[in-house]
Amino acid sequence: MLKYLVYRVATIVPVLLGVSIVVFLMMKLIPGDPAEAILGPAATTEKIEMVRKSLGLDQPFYVQYVRWLWKVVHGDFGTSIAVNVPVAQLVWPKFWNTVLLTIGSLVVCMIVGLGVGIVSGTRQYSWFDRISMSLTLVVANTPAFWLGLILMVVLALRLGWFPATGMYSMRASEKTVGDLIHHMVLPAITTGAVSAAIIARLVRSSFLDVIRKHYITALRAKGLAERDIILRHGMKNALPPIINIVGLQVGYLMGGALFTEVVFSWPGIGLQIYSSIVARDLPVVQAAVLVTTFVFVLVNLSTDIVVAALDPRIRRA
Amino acid sequence: MSAVNLQVKDAADARLAADSLAEQEMFRRPSEWRIFWEAFRQDRLAVGAAAVIALVCLASLLAPVLSPYDPTVGDNSLRLAPMGTPGHILGLDGQGRDILSRLLWGGRVSLIIALLPVAVASIVSVFLGLVAGFFGGKVDMVIMRALDVFFAFPAVLLAVAIAGVLGPGMLNVMLSLTIVLIPYISRVAYMATVTVKNELFVDQARVSGARPRQILFHHILPNTLSPVIVYGSTLVGIMIVLGAGLSFLGLGITPPRPDWGIMCSDGRNFLSVAPHVSAVPGVVLIIVAMSFNIVGDGLRDALDPKLRK
Amino acid sequence: MTMAAAAPALLEVEDLHTEFHVKNKLIRAVNGVSFSLRRGEILGIAGESGAGKSVTCLSILRLVPNPGRIVKGRIRFAGEDLLGKSEKQMRDLRGQTVSMVFEDPLNSLDPAFKVGDLIGEALTLHKGLGKREARKKAGELLRLVGIPDPDRRLDSYPHELSGGMQQRVMIAIALSCDPALLIADNPTTALDVTIQIQILDLVKQLRDRLGMGVLWITHDLGVVAKLCDRVVIMYAGEVMEEGDVYGVLKRPRHPYTRRLIEALPKLGRPEQRLMPIEGRPPDPANLPMGCPFAPRCYKAQPACGEHDVPLVGTDNGGAVRCLFPET
Repeated sequence: MLKYLVYRVATIVPVLLGVSIVVFLMMKLIPGDPAEAILGPAATTEKIEMVRKSLGLDQPFYVQYVRWLWKVVHGDFGTSIAVNVPVAQLVWPKFWNTVLLTIGSLVVCMIVGLGVGIVSGTRQYSWFDRISMSLTLVVANTPAFWLGLILMVVLALRLGWFPATGMYSMRASEKTVGDLIHHMVLPAITTGAVSAAIIARLVRSSFLDVIRKHYITALRAKGLAERDIILRHGMKNALPPIINIVGLQVGYLMGGALFTEVVFSWPGIGLQIYSSIVARDLPVVQAAVLVTTFVFVLVNLSTDIVVAALDPRIRRA
Repeated sequence: MSAVNLQVKDAADARLAADSLAEQEMFRRPSEWRIFWEAFRQDRLAVGAAAVIALVCLASLLAPVLSPYDPTVGDNSLRLAPMGTPGHILGLDGQGRDILSRLLWGGRVSLIIALLPVAVASIVSVFLGLVAGFFGGKVDMVIMRALDVFFAFPAVLLAVAIAGVLGPGMLNVMLSLTIVLIPYISRVAYMATVTVKNELFVDQARVSGARPRQILFHHILPNTLSPVIVYGSTLVGIMIVLGAGLSFLGLGITPPRPDWGIMCSDGRNFLSVAPHVSAVPGVVLIIVAMSFNIVGDGLRDALDPKLRK
Repeated sequence: MTMAAAAPALLEVEDLHTEFHVKNKLIRAVNGVSFSLRRGEILGIAGESGAGKSVTCLSILRLVPNPGRIVKGRIRFAGEDLLGKSEKQMRDLRGQTVSMVFEDPLNSLDPAFKVGDLIGEALTLHKGLGKREARKKAGELLRLVGIPDPDRRLDSYPHELSGGMQQRVMIAIALSCDPALLIADNPTTALDVTIQIQILDLVKQLRDRLGMGVLWITHDLGVVAKLCDRVVIMYAGEVMEEGDVYGVLKRPRHPYTRRLIEALPKLGRPEQRLMPIEGRPPDPANLPMGCPFAPRCYKAQPACGEHDVPLVGTDNGGAVRCLFPET
């Protein structure tokens, strides 16, 4: 197990390096000259050259990359073009807001997904199974942004049960947890719904898969009660693919949260990326993508390790 | 099978009779394609979904003919008119434009944004997967490691970032989606190639002297194509939704050309008074995406030899 | 011949019928199978694939998977009616009094559990042993079934063992609670011949030491010859012939048995051609009238296809279901 751990941690280093290169190159591929963008159309050639020099743009690519990477590793993501504050200052608080939303969405999608999946899996062909599978099919193909709009119309605008935008009430002088949760409900449902549907379908099929295996019949022949078989053996075997997908869903949640944040004006990193793209504030986009991807890689690493702990066959590789 | 055979006198006779029967059976075996087609045909849900897709594609293709109004010209007096308004069965949007017409014309954009990236990415991915899987070794490592880097990004985020960086426009959206798709499809193609390569019959072909290129094209390629096609169908459904999402964010085509994503975004300001402006295109998105998903499942089930018997 | 000769019947199966309802088709997997097994006796059930042998075993333990049902017949174990027992009573029976070993050992052992835990599970469940005791007993069982270095093997996972060792583990699990009857569904087909012989020897030794009855399913008459005391030949869900092994194999009465024996390659007669039986077994959803083997039988007459053929006793203690048996 330890060997596997070391091996997996070692493999993410080149991946993270690769990610940083891709992010760096992405910014370099933007049409137009950044110096000109900063100075505006009236700038003279000398001024442009000066700014280019100060930005380090006259150096060859790999030098620029190393410089940039050095700064990033030290937490310096540069300065926002639109707002003229250090990008780090802009990005980190938003990041944590997204984490909060992601956690809320995870809660929704895990509870609903696992619950529906297990009940459907153990009662194949029942009316619950048929209805839930039809429903999950529809929800899995629903655009998150559209779902957000609909929830907003019905539950916030028409019925007034939940606030339509934001993280906290504007009026409240103190930011309470209750207020936060009240604001989080609609966004969390919006972001979590598609994942919940996907997870429900996956849990169900993973379960059915395991139940059909020969060792389940052998366990019955041992005299074990059905419930023990499902809980002790079934779960342990059905869990790895489920955990895998849950890990990937976290990635979707962090990315999909972008749409939700835009619809509900939730001040997270997704909304930040969006407004920065619109404002062509590319250092912010760069930093936000880098941070989010980094976290995604770590989450995937963790799920891989958990899966290896559960399924001894994986550790051979 | 034959009924009780009265003429058979001993074992030798029986053997002759059985042999000729076996021969007849062999020639009556249907080809792989027929088996697949029969299986798919029996899956009524998948066939229904395929019909829906065909209908939608046809309707969008014939938009110039079918569309009752110009999708970019608005009638101010009828702004935000609800569904069922005479002459405008699906109502009008914030600028007085007929929603049905915009749906028909928008379909062209939304469908192409979904289909083309999947098609292009599939071609590139099959190539990459075949090369990496077949040649193995350093080539395998280089290609797969490079793709692993792209795998590290959350897909939606990458799509938004690339589309955002490249700027608005249909081509940029499609390019962004294609780049995001390539690692996923490549992995499927790669695993299929490696699996087939390790199968015994490829060894057999090698032993009988077939050249690598022959093996590649005659054996490995067909077996790699089917999982890619199945996966691709499901991906089209996902791209319909993601493409609409990018358009919703304003990262897609430029107005006044409609597409289903932009239509949803247009309705945002009128949610409380006229929700149908955003709701209707969303429903269409759901139906079309679902249909591709169902067809993808149907293809997978029909191509799976285990499920056929 | 064996000590079992005078012992009372341990397992009695009478006119068992098991069917599956699948998509509007009625699959008749077991059609009127009857046999009995005495304590300490090794009874073989032989026949081609699809003859209904596995379903018969599962029926005895009432583990027939869902669209299947036992629709007729009686199954008595040690005098008690198994079909009348509650599910809880059956669970007490399974793994403890009647154990089963399956065909594909790799897929019949839960891959996520260590071997020692799998063996210990039955002990904890049926005998109430604590963890440490169960582990100790599991080690003894591994030694009993001939696994080298048993104490270390307790911590191995199934996929880390060879096929032969996996099968020995399955046998250890089956024997853990001292069953009176061991049902084995083709456990050695997936193994190579040398390992197969070792397992057969092991089972014989265990029977001699522990005195349990063994029901052994196979499609290999060579295995029957080596291992079994008596044999039942099944075809299309029916018993075609039964009797003691020596008698049936030396002087088969049923044409099907004769063809099965002729199909075995014989050492020392290299000039003989291999003689498979032509044709295929009937579709269990579409069984013909009368004798199911008639379409492939070289002795078939019109009468064979008209009525069901009864099972008739032979002069050497066996029985045969044929209108024109060999003499």
